[in-house]
Amino acid sequence: MPLFDKKDKSRYATFTRRAVGMGGGMAAVFAVLAGRLYQLQIRDGKDYLVDAEANRVSQWLIAPLRGRIVDRFGVELANNRRNYRVLLVAEQATEGVEQALDQIGKVIHLTDQRKKKVLRDIAANKKFVPVPVAENLSWEDFSRVNLHLPYLPGVQPDIGETRDYPFGNELVHVLGYVASVSPEEKAADSDPLFGLPGYRTGKRGIEKEYDKQVRGKAGASRVEVNAYGRIIRELGMEPGQPGEDIYLTLDRQLQEFVAGKLGEESAACVVMDVNNGDVIALSSTPGFDPNWFNDGLSGAQWRELTNNDHKPLLNKVMGGAYPPGSTFKTAVAMAAVEAGIATPDYRVHCGGAFFFGGRAFHCWRKGGHGSMDVQSALQHSCNVFFCETARRLGIDRIEQMARKLGMGAPTGIELPGERGGLIPSREWKQKTYKWAWQQGDTISVGIGQGYVTVTPLQLVQMMARVASGKVVSPRLVHSVGGRLMPRDAPALLDVSEKSLEVVRAGLDKVVNQPGGTAYPERITEPGFEMAGKTGTAQVRRFSKEERARGLTKNANLEWKMRDHALFAGYAPVINPRYAIVNIIEHGAIGHPQVVMARDILHFCQQRDPARLPNAYPLTSAAAAPPRKQSRTQPVPPKAGG
Amino acid sequence: MTPRPYAAAKRTLSFADKLLEINWGMVLLIALIGAAGIAMLYSVAGGQFHPWALRQMGHFVLGLTVLVMAAMIDIRVWMSLAYTAYAVALMLLVAVELVGHMGMGAQRWISIGPLELQPSELMKIALVLALARFLHGKSMEEVSKPLPLAIALAMIGIPAVLVFLQPNLGTTLIIIMDGCALLFLAGLSWWWIGPTLLGIAAAIPLAWQFVLHDYQKARVETFLDPAADALGKGWNITQAKIAIGSGGTAGKGFLEGTQSRLNFLPEKQTDFIWTSFCEEFGFVGALALLILFATVIFYGVQTAMSARSHFGRLVAMGVILNFFFYIMINGMMVMGLIPVVGIPMPLLSYGGSAMLTVMLGFGILMSVHIHRQVEIPRSAGGII
Repeated sequence: MPLFDKKDKSRYATFTRRAVGMGGGMAAVFAVLAGRLYQLQIRDGKDYLVDAEANRVSQWLIAPLRGRIVDRFGVELANNRRNYRVLLVAEQATEGVEQALDQIGKVIHLTDQRKKKVLRDIAANKKFVPVPVAENLSWEDFSRVNLHLPYLPGVQPDIGETRDYPFGNELVHVLGYVASVSPEEKAADSDPLFGLPGYRTGKRGIEKEYDKQVRGKAGASRVEVNAYGRIIRELGMEPGQPGEDIYLTLDRQLQEFVAGKLGEESAACVVMDVNNGDVIALSSTPGFDPNWFNDGLSGAQWRELTNNDHKPLLNKVMGGAYPPGSTFKTAVAMAAVEAGIATPDYRVHCGGAFFFGGRAFHCWRKGGHGSMDVQSALQHSCNVFFCETARRLGIDRIEQMARKLGMGAPTGIELPGERGGLIPSREWKQKTYKWAWQQGDTISVGIGQGYVTVTPLQLVQMMARVASGKVVSPRLVHSVGGRLMPRDAPALLDVSEKSLEVVRAGLDKVVNQPGGTAYPERITEPGFEMAGKTGTAQVRRFSKEERARGLTKNANLEWKMRDHALFAGYAPVINPRYAIVNIIEHGAIGHPQVVMARDILHFCQQRDPARLPNAYPLTSAAAAPPRKQSRTQPVPPKAGG
Repeated sequence: MTPRPYAAAKRTLSFADKLLEINWGMVLLIALIGAAGIAMLYSVAGGQFHPWALRQMGHFVLGLTVLVMAAMIDIRVWMSLAYTAYAVALMLLVAVELVGHMGMGAQRWISIGPLELQPSELMKIALVLALARFLHGKSMEEVSKPLPLAIALAMIGIPAVLVFLQPNLGTTLIIIMDGCALLFLAGLSWWWIGPTLLGIAAAIPLAWQFVLHDYQKARVETFLDPAADALGKGWNITQAKIAIGSGGTAGKGFLEGTQSRLNFLPEKQTDFIWTSFCEEFGFVGALALLILFATVIFYGVQTAMSARSHFGRLVAMGVILNFFFYIMINGMMVMGLIPVVGIPMPLLSYGGSAMLTVMLGFGILMSVHIHRQVEIPRSAGGII
């Protein structure tokens, strides 16, 4: 048998043919691979490069340092303090997270609740993300953690920055506070900072009104991340801008004095420079500690704030509208003099009550004051005089003067939530009650009752305008980031100087002439005398029967039923500089509000913050060393692909 | 006295002759590809020899040694070893089914002392040898006869089933494709081939329903619509395409590939090494590498054509087709042309077992080349 036969030859030929065919097939496959490479790399390469970059690059926001809020002498009212924190990195906790928490718990106090929250946070995050275990630690606790660090695997001590209000509740109604961003705020503001977990934004007060200015601009750090979101390296950094500092017109020392005077009362007090409107003290009590909101309010704290009948959340200076009571007589007197009704010869006899339309308007003195002119009527706060005078004036002229003196509309102070009060008019009543204005309404308004309501801020504005003869309005903010707030020189009040003199003399007599309603509480030190007008705002109307039983005596009523005690005034009598308003809710037993106002005005004049030379040290603030930025949480890693 | 088989060699070669006869050009190409692989392993480790590049160098040097040693062995010796090798590989496959431990979610490895062995890799070579020897003894008419065909199919089918049970779909496919290709080259009648192709087309839906594992189905589903689950099962394909595409024309540069270095690529050192290469060297580099691969294959086909023994021809084609199927499946997989199946890129991907089998294959191919003048009568292989 030969080694090779025809069969071998034919299968060799077939093999060669088929092998060549396969070679062709393989070449075709290689062509497909090359074509696909072309498709992916040349045709769509740019798109894929964008995808790869999106995979790789992540932005970490750097929270800017919030601007400080300082008083007129540069005292920091809101600043930033170090936030000593302890973070835990789950993947580094070699003995397990719970074990690590137990270990930390032996060094600093950790509640079970806190531990549970940490476990939740760790479960919700990637394993290498540091989760805060404890914040706002004392230096002692923080040091102790650092000391034990070698035995606490996965624990990272960290120093961040957080808002601090060194004076606690003393200034809360001016400054407001910062707290976590609400969903509504997030929806309304596209600032990327609002997406930062744990970011705090301004709520209430200056913190809210000037939030954009004190907030600053977020810096950003472009970082390279791997597929698990871990940062590999920083690619570039945009430092962002720290927030701007705000200078307030407040004097912290006076503010402290005022707050001390108001004490535990449900009360409000404003002190204002009559010449330019600078608010030097603004206090509403009770307050609350704004740091609570920054640290995270507990349920008990929240209930304490909302259930308190002294309404600590309300800034009564501008958020409370009260019947002005007898303080409103200042405006009525001004209107009467200006209208030519209350001439030097104009007198009204007070017999103890004013009868109109079958209704009796009682004077506070049962026997009546006898014959009164406008100054003695102010001095004695005679209701009958002002009832009659209001009747003669008519509502239109009273309304006009009240508005001239700044009532019936918000003053425009730089705080959110200011109320406008109410100066009633014929149209207003027609519109609101579908009922024509009655003369009886006018008479009620004449003694500061009825429909009229004002805020304490409007009252102090009125007193400042009467004292200075200028259209001044309260202003709190002196400068933002070194830029002075534009302020026009106040125009002269559209009231004759003579009328002003008459009313000022009346207000002087209230305090400084025997028989004046505030005479017992006057300032006796020569040159510091104050002028002003007392007021009692009825919380409720008394029935005849109650009047007969002597229930009009506030001391016999429960707290909530007592009248509000008001005082609005200025000092000194000659060349006035400071106006004040003081209201104590349900405090009309004796004259505590006048005593407070007297002490405050006395102190204020002695200190005389408006004339102290070292106000607004802007240049030194500008020369302050640049402050460091704190790094915060990243923007949540974006989806890959 | 029976004549010794394989005595019909035209001439015999000395050791030095054989060394000179090695197709050193082809070895150089293989070395180039291997070097590219080591460079990529260095890169995906973040510019470090640890943990892959250095060990892969060891694999490669060992592989080259295996290649040269295998090339020195006479083609007739390989032929005589064919069935033994097949039997050993089959036993190992069964052993792996019984004692093999899990790796990457599948039973594929067996430990023999310190050696981690993938019997399925070994089987690819053993099957080529055994099938070539079996077909060597059959004329074209015989190949298309039912009994020899059934035997040949059983030789392919038994290891294929065992590998499939591991489960390892990729290697199963390569075993089947390689085996069938050899049957085709041996001259199987179109009367068999045509109906079979039709049958396969009809069987695909059935296989989907009853045979494929869930994870295999998931891969196919993901392949058909990777965007639907871009963060889950579609992640691999999506990220691989981003890696390749973002390389652009010239690539991001050596060590500059972000996709692999930042772990966006799965199994970057094994199945997806090719994507890293495309990312760092771009279209130009990837095309150059494809040309290297194609040239090696061209040499392989040329070797097959020039061999005078049918066994040699079949073995050479079997080896080179094996190499080609690796490249095709891996390349198409990472570029999103076919579903993800666990197949490494030969010579590039990290792994000792795969490297040694590929080099052993090239060694046998080289032996065919060296002994291309050796003629072996058809009857010599006719044990069955």
